[in-house]
Amino acid sequence: MRKNAIIEKTAQAILTICAVVAIFAVCAITLYMFIKGAPALKEVGVLDLLFGTIWKPTASTPSYGIWYIILASVISTGAAILIGVPIGLLTAVFLSEISGRKLGGIVGSAVELLAATPSVIYGLIGMMVLNPLMFKLEKAVFAGDASHQFTGGANMLSAIFVLAIMILPTVISVCTSSLKAVSDNLRAASLALGATKEQTIFKAVIPAAKSGILTGVVLGIGRALGEAMAINMVAGGAVNIPLPFNSVRTLTTQIVSEMGYASGTHRQVLFTVGLVLYLFIMIVNFILLRARKAGVARED
Amino acid sequence: MKINMRKIKDLTFRALIYTSAAFSVLLLMGIILYVFIKGIGVVDWQFLTSVTSVLKGTVGIAGNIVNTVLIVLITMLVAVPIGVGSAIYLNEYAKSGRLVTIIEYATETLAGIPSIIFGLFGMMFFGEKLGLGFSLLTGSLTLIILVLPLITRNTQEALKTVPDTYRNGSIGLGSGKWHMIRTVLLPSAMPGIITGAILAVGRIVGESAALLFTAGSAKILPATFGGLLNKPFQSGGTLTIQMYLSATSEGDFDTAFGIAVVLLVIVFGINLGTKALTRHFDVTRED
Repeated sequence: MRKNAIIEKTAQAILTICAVVAIFAVCAITLYMFIKGAPALKEVGVLDLLFGTIWKPTASTPSYGIWYIILASVISTGAAILIGVPIGLLTAVFLSEISGRKLGGIVGSAVELLAATPSVIYGLIGMMVLNPLMFKLEKAVFAGDASHQFTGGANMLSAIFVLAIMILPTVISVCTSSLKAVSDNLRAASLALGATKEQTIFKAVIPAAKSGILTGVVLGIGRALGEAMAINMVAGGAVNIPLPFNSVRTLTTQIVSEMGYASGTHRQVLFTVGLVLYLFIMIVNFILLRARKAGVARED
Repeated sequence: MKINMRKIKDLTFRALIYTSAAFSVLLLMGIILYVFIKGIGVVDWQFLTSVTSVLKGTVGIAGNIVNTVLIVLITMLVAVPIGVGSAIYLNEYAKSGRLVTIIEYATETLAGIPSIIFGLFGMMFFGEKLGLGFSLLTGSLTLIILVLPLITRNTQEALKTVPDTYRNGSIGLGSGKWHMIRTVLLPSAMPGIITGAILAVGRIVGESAALLFTAGSAKILPATFGGLLNKPFQSGGTLTIQMYLSATSEGDFDTAFGIAVVLLVIVFGINLGTKALTRHFDVTRED
């Protein structure tokens, strides 16, 4: 009997330790991002670093402005959301309101497999399919414009399209489950008042699932902000003003492409880039938790 | 006139909905077709079993396959016990209070952190601070924290589906709590736990940004068994990393597409497998 009591106590202790690992991991990551990311802010100067627009880390008088990099991340994420969310929401409407089991099963499986596709494969296909298309578009838009630096299609527009596609599975699955959670009474009431099916969907069901849809959007923002490899493969390799047809670097791709060889202050600035990305993600996470809590509170 | 406008509007909405849904399916089919057409010709026995070598004139990914398998094994060996243990604690032991809120908050936060941040942290902490350098071990340690939330959450979901009568029945018969968990709860929740574990394998196989600066990119195949045992302490690129390098710095698109085919087969196989598993053990299904 005593032996059993010891086993019970040991098991509980070990399980508690397992549970605490996640807390330690988050604390350690946060600590490291700040410890490694802060020194460059002091060395280069907060304003010069964050709001500087010239990125020349290897010049004889180096300049470490990451403002365009921050902007490129924010703009490409925003644009990807503007494209991806409507498509994702409409697909979710199809899955929850319109399709039967069979058709819904096919679309649903396709979405799941898209979610499982590794990001480097999106990057590879972006390089081979999207970049040449964008190059054609670029040549058409800037024909005869000598001041434009041609990118061969590796530009922010390509990054936006790849991101928009990559956030689709997340947006679709979250929106679908929140639409499905809407009570059938609401649909029946709307239809009984003489509304058509489409009116019911857009005026009754979607507004009722608002908080869930918002969660999907925020998750999509987090995904787009944090995506690194695929964007690195399609967005080109130079820090520029984030315009559609310019090669751009985002917070993530800046780290991926320069961490391998950077040293000294340059390396420290890359850690600061990581810190900025981390802070963005923490803000997104915070909003996400609030949105989830609001959703749960409403259901009660 | 008004009714006509209504009809046009409704039809437009409906067309948009169908187009969007079709987009996902066509996109997936497009990706699969494109990758297979470009890459299937590259994949043969030699490609899978040899190492790229200019000297021998061979192109192959055997080294990367071994690296991937090793990383998956080491990561899962640590991540599954911790993740499952954490879920058991949260679901069975913890009384809802401050600690539980913090643990769940931490798990959610971990799940939201992008892989490149994990990669940076792994490089700084495991690689530099602990002196493991670029090695499969550094990569695995990094991936352990990355897949932890996935395993914890899936196990929690699985534990929640086990009816309370099982717990009460077992405790009522005089079993201790841990004994009950070990002999009644875990076996009942096993399909869900396995699903979570397999999904985690899929995540590891597809991961790239977290590995680039932790596990590195070497593709040499260990020659002896001793070499294999020593491999975790050396640099090694997984399939995904090799694919990235082939497509970018090496400019070898044939190899890139060949690896893409292998990756798609593995990842899709994993997904379809977990779906079949879930369906097989789903007691609430309607048909």
